[in-house]
Amino acid sequence: MSVPKSETPSVIYLDNNATTQVAEEAVEAMLPYLSQYYGNPSSMHTFGGRVSRKIKEARANIAALLGAEPTEIIFTSCGSEGDNAAIQAALASQPDKRHIVTTQVEHPAVLNLCKRLEKDGYTVTYLAVNRKGQLNLNELRASLTDNTALVSVMCANNETGNIFPIERIGEIVKERGILFHVDGVQAAGKIPLNMKESTVDFLVVSGHKLHAPKGTGALYVRKGVRFRPFLVGGHQERGRRGGTENVPGIIALGKAAELALEHLEEENTRVRALRSLTYVRSLRDRLEQGLLTSIPHCQLNGHQSWRLPNTTNIGFKYVEGEAILLSLDRYGICASSGSACTSGSLEPSHVLRAMGLPYSVLHGSIRLSLSRYNTSEEIERVLEVFPKIIDRLRELSPFNSDEAEWLKEQSLVNSQ
Amino acid sequence: MWDYTDKVMDLFYNPHNMGKILPNECREEETVAVGEVGSIVCGDALRLHLKIDKRTDEILDARFQTFGCASAIASSSALTDLVRGITVDEALQITNRNIADYLEGLPQEKMHCSVMGKEALEAAIANYKGIPIRPEEEDDSPLVCTCFAVSRGKIVRLIRENHLTSAEQVTNYIKAGGGCGSCLMEIDDLLAQVDGNKKTETPRKTELTASATFPSLHPLTNLQKISLIQQVIEEEVRPILALDGGDVELYEVDGNRVQVVLKGACDSCPSVTTTLRLTIEDKLRDRLQPDRIASDLVVEAISNPIKH
Repeated sequence: MSVPKSETPSVIYLDNNATTQVAEEAVEAMLPYLSQYYGNPSSMHTFGGRVSRKIKEARANIAALLGAEPTEIIFTSCGSEGDNAAIQAALASQPDKRHIVTTQVEHPAVLNLCKRLEKDGYTVTYLAVNRKGQLNLNELRASLTDNTALVSVMCANNETGNIFPIERIGEIVKERGILFHVDGVQAAGKIPLNMKESTVDFLVVSGHKLHAPKGTGALYVRKGVRFRPFLVGGHQERGRRGGTENVPGIIALGKAAELALEHLEEENTRVRALRSLTYVRSLRDRLEQGLLTSIPHCQLNGHQSWRLPNTTNIGFKYVEGEAILLSLDRYGICASSGSACTSGSLEPSHVLRAMGLPYSVLHGSIRLSLSRYNTSEEIERVLEVFPKIIDRLRELSPFNSDEAEWLKEQSLVNSQ
Repeated sequence: MWDYTDKVMDLFYNPHNMGKILPNECREEETVAVGEVGSIVCGDALRLHLKIDKRTDEILDARFQTFGCASAIASSSALTDLVRGITVDEALQITNRNIADYLEGLPQEKMHCSVMGKEALEAAIANYKGIPIRPEEEDDSPLVCTCFAVSRGKIVRLIRENHLTSAEQVTNYIKAGGGCGSCLMEIDDLLAQVDGNKKTETPRKTELTASATFPSLHPLTNLQKISLIQQVIEEEVRPILALDGGDVELYEVDGNRVQVVLKGACDSCPSVTTTLRLTIEDKLRDRLQPDRIASDLVVEAISNPIKH
């Protein structure tokens, strides 16, 4: 596969849960539809009809990636739109039910919508997670009532990469006949999904997380589940999402979905398989093991095995996340952090806090998320510079062990 | 990404004066004073070491250890540059603003890093002198922000020194209000208080106008509130209802409960609740400051009292 590495500045991009490089093939696929073929797919002429066919193709590709029927796919502008549309549709179809169950570690698109719904009179249960970021399914079971309209749970967590057991959750939810929404933004294209054998009613996908451009997304709505549009308008998307289609974006998303599905098939023995998720997992494991063994006082945040193959989140004690990120940036290494300073708020990541991690780990947590475009040379380079960065910052830090007198004293003051 | 100045990035990548000063590095007439602020829980902490000549009070050397982000490290480094070679009394004149200026500016959200530097300096000098530098505020004044343990006195001083005018700025400078947010109202009150004191010292032109939006620093009097609600109903609600042949009249304002009498077509309208919530509450909320009476404002329709 040709990767336009030479055109991009020498960057080692390990922030693929934030956004991804657009696949070259996806760019190529969309370009003619930005220039020559600008027709409106709704038009009654061949020029527009050509565009309409390409959208159909893209829909089939997304459906194949999710193991769904093309008629179950609605194109959207982003993951947040999908989450909003699904949740609001589920609630609107059951106006008498006023209870929602979700988790404490959801994406803000879900959490902030739930907070707003609380103001509108809904009751929301935010399920807790344990130290490894896992849900207690008994707690989920106990939270469901006859008043519960919807259970909304992410498939994979953006910060830790933790995967929730969606189908086991779905079984419990379906026993009670409750609608089930899954934020699949981080999972789609990274792990196999099959809606045909699933309990999920709504599944949300974001294009730019799977090597399609920003401003694209898809919402799966199970056939037979009542839906009403979030964006009211024309007859586009069979009346389920108004607005003229983002034609180039949809075509690129279709191409990206096609590529993602190819890379998911680990049995594939062609050259491409070198860049399959087995490949990504091996790079991630090399990186993770390398960091954990070469740097003292650090720990993995999240579950060792119930996790996306591309993500690792490591807490480096006694140093602060933003300082690590800016130090990495000097080497052109892109990552992200759950520390307070990087977010603009003064509180560290809600996900890591929900897991009950100590502040010494929270503030120094770094997320590294890979893609099939990463190389083992890049990983070796990161492993070479990372320990030096942590060493330098720890030399600057007044803390160097959990036993430091000052640390104990200060935590005591703060816990009062 | 933060918009850091080159100076901040330079001092982050190449900080000056890092480390500690050990007692055995001192001659007989010299001593080491240590100042510590922050904690690992808060996300930043600074330990400052000053080597002071006991005869002249001159700060001969200053070194720092910092746990924190780039601007915290750069601020600490800046502080040590600023205090070397001056006396402790001169050092006490240094403000957080001086530290920020030395860095050619800090993003607003990072001003608290410069404040941390100033606090560590005061703590070190207090240890050197053996007396608290600001006994009046640190000892007596109650905590306003419990998330970040910030006292009332500290907030008031910071508002004064930096001419702060909003709770958001207070959060940027000293973190207070940046956790659960439950003290933001109290910070607003402190801002109003400091502002009020200033006004009595030097009368300034007031910005209070006849506009329906009142400055958020002063709580509305009951009369102001009622006339404001009346104004909103007259100007914004009645014209809309009139389109459908309806009308509304303000009946009573009891705390945040606004009672109105629906008239005309509204009187018998089945979607009366929706009309109320969507039209009247929204309009009122739009016009009233969100952090004040608006958030828990309840509009109720009552039956036409004349009928009874």
